Amino acid sequence: MLAFIVQRLFQAIVVMFVVALISFTMFQFVGDPVNNMVGQEATTEQRDALRERLGLNDTIPVQFAHYVMNAVQGEFGLSYRMGKPVQELIAERMPATMELVAVSALMALLIGVPMGVYTGLHRNSWLSRGFLTISLVGISLPTFVIGILMILAFGVWLGWLPTFGRGGVVDLGVWKTSLMTAQGWSHIIMPATTLALFQLTLIMRLVRAEMLEVLRTDYIKFARARGLRDRAINYGHALKNTLVPVITIMGLQIGSLLAFSIITETVFAWPGMGLLFLQGIQFVDIPVMSSYLVLMALFFVIINLTVDLLYYAVDPRLRSEHVGAGH
Amino acid sequence: MSARGTSIMAADIDHRALAPSLPRRAADSVHRFFDGDVFYSFRNSPVAMISFAVTMVLLILAVFAPWIAPHNTDDVSTLNLMNARFPPYGFTDDFGTEGVAQFLLGTDDQGRDILSAIIFGLKVSLEVGFASVILAAVTGTFLGLVSGYAGGKLDSFIMRIADVQLTFPSILIALLIDGIAGGLMPRALHDEMKIYVLIIAIAASQWVNFARTVRGSTLVEKNKEYVQAAKVIGVHPALIMFRHVLPNVTGPVLVIGTLSLAIAVLTEATLSFLGVGLPVTRPSLGTLIRIGQQYIFSGEWWMTIFPSLALVILVLAVNLLGDWLRDALNPKLR
Repeated sequence: MLAFIVQRLFQAIVVMFVVALISFTMFQFVGDPVNNMVGQEATTEQRDALRERLGLNDTIPVQFAHYVMNAVQGEFGLSYRMGKPVQELIAERMPATMELVAVSALMALLIGVPMGVYTGLHRNSWLSRGFLTISLVGISLPTFVIGILMILAFGVWLGWLPTFGRGGVVDLGVWKTSLMTAQGWSHIIMPATTLALFQLTLIMRLVRAEMLEVLRTDYIKFARARGLRDRAINYGHALKNTLVPVITIMGLQIGSLLAFSIITETVFAWPGMGLLFLQGIQFVDIPVMSSYLVLMALFFVIINLTVDLLYYAVDPRLRSEHVGAGH
Repeated sequence: MSARGTSIMAADIDHRALAPSLPRRAADSVHRFFDGDVFYSFRNSPVAMISFAVTMVLLILAVFAPWIAPHNTDDVSTLNLMNARFPPYGFTDDFGTEGVAQFLLGTDDQGRDILSAIIFGLKVSLEVGFASVILAAVTGTFLGLVSGYAGGKLDSFIMRIADVQLTFPSILIALLIDGIAGGLMPRALHDEMKIYVLIIAIAASQWVNFARTVRGSTLVEKNKEYVQAAKVIGVHPALIMFRHVLPNVTGPVLVIGTLSLAIAVLTEATLSFLGVGLPVTRPSLGTLIRIGQQYIFSGEWWMTIFPSLALVILVLAVNLLGDWLRDALNPKLR
């Protein structure tokens, strides 16, 4: 197991190194940073001085080392478009995206798992068939179409929910939250539902498939033969064993929630990191693009690593293999 | 045994003579197709037949768009602002304007007929979709074949890249490539090259699926007798790979290709919706949805709902067709 962890750790470091190299290359070849920072009337001497000060006259490996050192300390340079340090911009936007992702992940789990259990246990009831049909729609509708339909239905026609922004935020010092007020919740419902819908259907189908699989196994039959109550069998034995793949998939899906939040944030004008990145692309704001890339890669690497480790923590069989090796 | 005898073994047996001639093979496979399991399964699956019919109708609409569409939306001179913002035929908007039969699905803010815009948008969406899937399929199949057949360091290098790429959602990769290309090119050139950038970006986010599958089948085929035989008679490795192994590993490529087409169309629509896809001068379905989205607050829902509906129908039909194809070609499920 130690070898496994070390191997995964090594792979994570390689990925981060490659991503850092890509984003460094973006700085090198896409546009001239000096041109991006000084005005039209700057003299050649001024340009050379800035070039020297920015370390652009050093060799490429030295520059790369500087870039990595700065990135590790959270310094990503100035945004070309807004003239502010990128790390400040991201710190401003991060809470919005994190809250959106957290609320949708919880929604997907808290609704998806019970729906999956129900459809797994009562596979022929009309409600199960209804859930499955709806889930097919959830999978085929693109995220942005769901968002637009929700805005049209609940925002424009019914007028129940606000359609853009976060509403009032409460400042908790380092974290500005919109989850402390009723108005904030009314703002987050539609974006979070839009983002959660695909994951919800995925989890429901996964839990259903796993339940059907587990309910066929011998130990469930033995449990029934012993006369255990249905409730104990279904929830104590069956559900517990379906949750291992659900944890894995959910962990990996948090990554895709982060990526798809770009779309949801665009539809609902949600002031998060995704919107920042998208504007970065439209205005070729290299520091914003490259730091978002590094940050996302870091998230993905951490999530993948955690899921791998969780797998060992949750599944006793994998642990017992390790113990067994000691005998 | 003379030296001549051994040379017959090695070189005189032309490996191409072992295969039947191309026309006969084609005729055979047509015959086999109509008699075969796949066609049988097709005739017995209403979902497959309906989704096939819908896909075909949409394809025909796209290919013959300039002749089918009531108005040529590419020709700006035919637009008339007097025709702007008509609701669909049979509907009345908030200001009391009634829809007219001339514009069945209404018009947008420029006076463009929505139905025609959708048909032309379908064409653009499918062009980008097909081009990127073909590019991804060719690249992925090539890399998968080489990776599986060569093995060793090259194999682990290619597959490591594939693994890493799989951990990132494809939309993020496409966005990134698009962004980098935007920085590398001057603005004027960028709009012109946009469609190619988009195709490459989507293909780059999809080649992995092809490569992994083809590599898997290549690993199996590589140990079969016909490959061993070809090796023994001294056929060049490249020739073995492309003439002998390739035809036997392309089966799943069709299935992945169909499912990838749905994803490619969706990715293109998403990128265009986000405003980093095709320019408004050549709107795809995603661009139409983005343009229409600005008008839903004033109650003009048709500008965005109809293109969305077209996109959903297209993606759903292609997806269902791909699902059916996967089951039909999977011998385990027969």
